[in-house]
Amino acid sequence: MANILVSIEHTAGKIKSPSLELLTAAKKSGMTVIGVSLGAGSKTAAAEAGKYGATKVYAFEDAALDNYNSELYFNAYKQVIDEAKPEVVLGTGSSSQKDLLPKLAATFSSGVVADATELSIANGKVTTKKPMYSGKCLATAEFVNSPIQFVSMRPNQLSVDAPADGSAEVIEKSVSGTDMRIAIKEIVKGASKRLDLTEANIIVSGGRGLKEAANFKLLEDLADVLGASVGASRAVVDAGWVPHSMQVGQTGKTVAPSLYIAAGISGAIQHLAGMSTSKVIVAINTDPEAPIFQKATYGIVGDATQVLPLLTEEFKKMLS
Amino acid sequence: MKILVCVKQVPDTNTKVQVKADKSGIETNGIKWVLNPYDEFAVEEAIKLRDANAGSQLFVVTLGPKARVVDTLRTALAMGADEAMVVDAPESIDNHATAKALAAVITKEGPFDMVFTGKLAIDDQQGAVTQMIADFAKMPHASVISKFTKNDTVSTVEREVEGGSKEMIEIKGPFVLGANKGLNTPRYASLPGIMKAKKKTVKEFTLSDLGVSDSDIKVKISNFSMPAERAPVNMISGEAAAQVATLSKLLREEAKVL
Repeated sequence: MANILVSIEHTAGKIKSPSLELLTAAKKSGMTVIGVSLGAGSKTAAAEAGKYGATKVYAFEDAALDNYNSELYFNAYKQVIDEAKPEVVLGTGSSSQKDLLPKLAATFSSGVVADATELSIANGKVTTKKPMYSGKCLATAEFVNSPIQFVSMRPNQLSVDAPADGSAEVIEKSVSGTDMRIAIKEIVKGASKRLDLTEANIIVSGGRGLKEAANFKLLEDLADVLGASVGASRAVVDAGWVPHSMQVGQTGKTVAPSLYIAAGISGAIQHLAGMSTSKVIVAINTDPEAPIFQKATYGIVGDATQVLPLLTEEFKKMLS
Repeated sequence: MKILVCVKQVPDTNTKVQVKADKSGIETNGIKWVLNPYDEFAVEEAIKLRDANAGSQLFVVTLGPKARVVDTLRTALAMGADEAMVVDAPESIDNHATAKALAAVITKEGPFDMVFTGKLAIDDQQGAVTQMIADFAKMPHASVISKFTKNDTVSTVEREVEGGSKEMIEIKGPFVLGANKGLNTPRYASLPGIMKAKKKTVKEFTLSDLGVSDSDIKVKISNFSMPAERAPVNMISGEAAAQVATLSKLLREEAKVL
């Protein structure tokens, strides 16, 4: 039976939700599910993966792999692929996977589909759907002449099965770097304690209608109550109110949370492209003609700086 | 120092996308084609480096339907690139074949001390060509970079990862770097720059010149469709306090997202 290799990303041994999505999809494919996990806690994650259908997991239990290094990760994955000979490799949408998969694909004379939102695997053949022009339209992406089919999936797109009885054979591996041309010197953690926008289930986003940078505090307060992440329009990023890592849109992040609250964002085409596949969209804007209302589920015509504190209070009451 | 920037021509971010009747792609009539926004940061960084290192030369290369994409090279030339090259290729070419062709350009026209790209193109949003070029050209890479400091043997870059975190990386050249927004502020083309760019001869390659054939295309994209229409908006009226109470109730009971 053909093999499918799944990247098992974890936090100190606990498998992250996007990898559980991949394991569930891999199990449904009918192929033999093989995993690969890197960093401290890999063996724990590998054993856990057995409950989600993995039969064998390569574990690189090494704290030197806790953080992404493009050369070391490449060497580790290449070793696994050479040994396991998968026909499909599934990766998450994390920044490290998005960096790693294309390089592996090139090495193995194969293609890669990044940021897929739908995945089907029949008789070992992968078909994906992916947003194009950051979601202005969709298309089918399939592989031809590609010995291995590499796919990175956008998070929150696939279901996760409940864990079941099952165990994976854990194969311990190690990797070392020779002639390394890259070294990670330092990692500066983001000030934000929140989930990355691309992983967030709820996003509250602000634009020019917030009037000044200091009013992003109103969004932060609302995000605290909702456990949300905070986004922004290009206009306020360009104005220097908030960093580019918070920008939602075609030249920022493409997001698809369950709930997207757009406060004081008029809805330029390039912003709408980045968020219009969100399940529920709430728009708050003073201009009833603002394009954001055409994409919104619920609309409130009003001044975001006045509505936001009221919302924060209301949700606080409701969720307490 | 010899620097190469790989650029792509894409529809402007303000484009209202319409899918062709046969679903093979998007309607290109009336589209304003621009230099991919992330590639602007790549071109700017390369110009600054060229200017800071006397005797340096800056090359720019693009790949796509020749007659159309050459305009994007003129934009890069007008900004300040010295030489331009185009690889004539159909619209449908994938990342793998693109990267293989560009790596062949690096071999033919090189050696280059460094290669810049944008971190991704805003059309297919794959973010793959940077790493694939690096693999084919046997160079290390770092992508999504927001800071770059060139040193003689080891250069340093700042790379943006999840949640606003940043990695400081040392990288030994020659290397490939994928530019993110924030790396610099791209300049506008000057009028003399534009005039000069118009007269410049662009060196041309075909895919077969570069040893790339149909079997190098690994991903086919087809069956384009528009996203599902959203239901009409429910505008919540009333005083602010009442609006907020209604919204909260709807999110909980109707939309069930809280």
